Amino acid sequence: MSYAINTLTRSLNVFHLAGSACNNCDIEILDALTPRYDLERFGITLVGSIRHADVLLLSGIFNRKARVRLLELLRQAPKPYLVVAIGGCPATGLLFRESYNFDRPPGDYVPIDAFIPGCPPKPEAIISGMVRVIEGLRSGALAPRCMEAGRPAPASALPETAA
Amino acid sequence: MNAPEALGTGTLDRIRGALGDHLLACSRKSAQRVYIDIPPDYLGEASALMFDEIGARLQIVTGVDTAAGIEVLYHWALDREGCVVTFRTVVDRAEPVLDSIAGVCPAAEWIEREIWELLGVDFRGHPDLRHLLLDDHWPQGDYPLRRGKEGAP
Amino acid sequence: MTKRTIVPIGPYHALQEEPEFFKLHVEGETVVHLDIELGYNHRGIEKLSESKTFEETVFLVERICGICSTSHPLACVQAVEDAGGIAVPERALFIRSTVGELERIHSHLLWLGLAGHFVGFNTLWMWAWRFREEVLNILELITGNRNHYGMMKPGGVRRDIRDGDIPAILDLLARLRDPLAMFRDAVLEDPLVHARTRGVGVLTRERAMAYGALGPTARASGYDIDVRRDHPHAAYGLVEWDVVTRPNGDVFDKAVVRILEMFESLRIIEQCVRQLKTVRGPVDSNPPCIPPGEGIGQYEAPRGEVFHYVRSDGGNRPVRHKVRAPSYMNVPTNRETVVGSTIADATLILAAVDPCYCCTERMAVALASPGGERLWGAGELIRMSQEKTWRLMEETGWRGPAPPEF
Repeated sequence: MSYAINTLTRSLNVFHLAGSACNNCDIEILDALTPRYDLERFGITLVGSIRHADVLLLSGIFNRKARVRLLELLRQAPKPYLVVAIGGCPATGLLFRESYNFDRPPGDYVPIDAFIPGCPPKPEAIISGMVRVIEGLRSGALAPRCMEAGRPAPASALPETAA
Repeated sequence: MNAPEALGTGTLDRIRGALGDHLLACSRKSAQRVYIDIPPDYLGEASALMFDEIGARLQIVTGVDTAAGIEVLYHWALDREGCVVTFRTVVDRAEPVLDSIAGVCPAAEWIEREIWELLGVDFRGHPDLRHLLLDDHWPQGDYPLRRGKEGAP
Repeated sequence: MTKRTIVPIGPYHALQEEPEFFKLHVEGETVVHLDIELGYNHRGIEKLSESKTFEETVFLVERICGICSTSHPLACVQAVEDAGGIAVPERALFIRSTVGELERIHSHLLWLGLAGHFVGFNTLWMWAWRFREEVLNILELITGNRNHYGMMKPGGVRRDIRDGDIPAILDLLARLRDPLAMFRDAVLEDPLVHARTRGVGVLTRERAMAYGALGPTARASGYDIDVRRDHPHAAYGLVEWDVVTRPNGDVFDKAVVRILEMFESLRIIEQCVRQLKTVRGPVDSNPPCIPPGEGIGQYEAPRGEVFHYVRSDGGNRPVRHKVRAPSYMNVPTNRETVVGSTIADATLILAAVDPCYCCTERMAVALASPGGERLWGAGELIRMSQEKTWRLMEETGWRGPAPPEF
């Protein structure tokens, strides 16, 4: 297990999944790659296939259709992987919560390791959050939830949301 | 910077003339906004008038569930005159049917599917009437934009 | 008998930010049919709007799309103002156009960067997005946020532009001029760009009109419409600028329209902020209520006309709020532009309408061979597009556009 974690933290391959998103978080994630912020100097690279991913970034509320796709993709993700929710939408659904097309927070069916809230979180916040994830992994404070048996409790300071 | 030519009585008169007795009401809300009421069975000809003869641009179609029935608004832009002419027609809530205009105006193809699935209006003759936005397993008869049994939201 | 296969593009890949389903039916290398499947982004915004007040709904529609943070709110408040006969102070009109045009520049730069990446010029992607950051800086200075600005309200804008901020805005415009000019020349004169985009994905004017196409997608096909000129609103009728059109309707012309439009945006912003020095007064007419009625708001977003219809019964919430984004009209044109193209070109053509997927609703491409379905991820499809460029580079010796020094 510790070997896998060391591999994870030396250089992280990040796969980004947008599910019913307004796209703003998605653009800020991509902005984090640009020279101004330059995520790559932390050893973080965006990859094009979930099969190469160490970290899954989720954005958006994931309506029913998007949920089906998310679960299909997760089946292809090699363990261990971390799941990081970007923005308020995957955490609580924000102002879309009462929509007839709102499904449920993805945290209900996917083990989420970290939340980086905001609408959208600025690239600085995204990077800061990712650095804390890496530090958590290295110190042992954070272990990938996908490796745990049974359903994990949510880790963030955000209030519990009803299903 | 050229300002658009105002919607002169010319174009509006031409539309009114072509509609004839089929024009149930016409309201000129402002220089840029005209609302014309027509019966549902005249929709096809009114649309062909706007699209083929007048050369207007179909912006979109709005469906509204009201106590009086389901209003379907066809918004036509007259870009050279800086005006929007909206045709309003009302169909019965119990059996809402309209003729599709997608054959005349491909721009209408998606929005007719959307109004069908969100409001339950049947568009006769539509080439491909199936879900656009909602899941294929969405419960039949559940129209999210309908206002409920007593017309409440 | 020709083998027919279906190629999936999307839904989840790093560059096309949103889940979209285009089903490309392919025979050999040629696309023979396109299916478009939506539904992955539908959040029920129109219905949600009925539970918000007229002021709250502006924050809701702002989140329809991350790039259209001005477009939807502006069309929305204009619809409310149209419904209620509400006047907007002149100073607010100049602020609205300033923010709107800054958004147009950063949106077009975003697209140009992505298009550059799809073609295989990653340095241009970084370059375009680097200057985009400067525009976002100014937007943050003026509005308080890089995006989701919260600037619009029925009756005006929420924040004034301070006199002290105007030099920074003018300085940005000055700093953008040369890079944009070099970008224009580097891209538009380059034989490799021409080889990849000229004659590719042609949408004729007649078909653009039939589909009700909008924005650069329409104007690149010689369909001369622009809501800023045709249905004047905000400050567009108060300043001098020109509509950009091109005749051929291919990917190249769509790129040209977007590049040249940015120069017009610079012109508009400069005139607007200079006016702010002399046009003083409030920036909000503070309407106390919205009387019963209906209204329409139109705004020329970077992708084309955004259309909002609002109905009020005199209460504080809309009885009905119809939202139509430009991509709703533009994306269907792909059925004509992609058919007949090769798989390598398809990604570029699909991207050329600058689809704001979250505005529209979303799309994928599936590849099925006689032996069973094979899924090509969008990452692979972009790679195919890039590889075509690299093959051309080898064959011709062309190096591609050199990004300007900065």
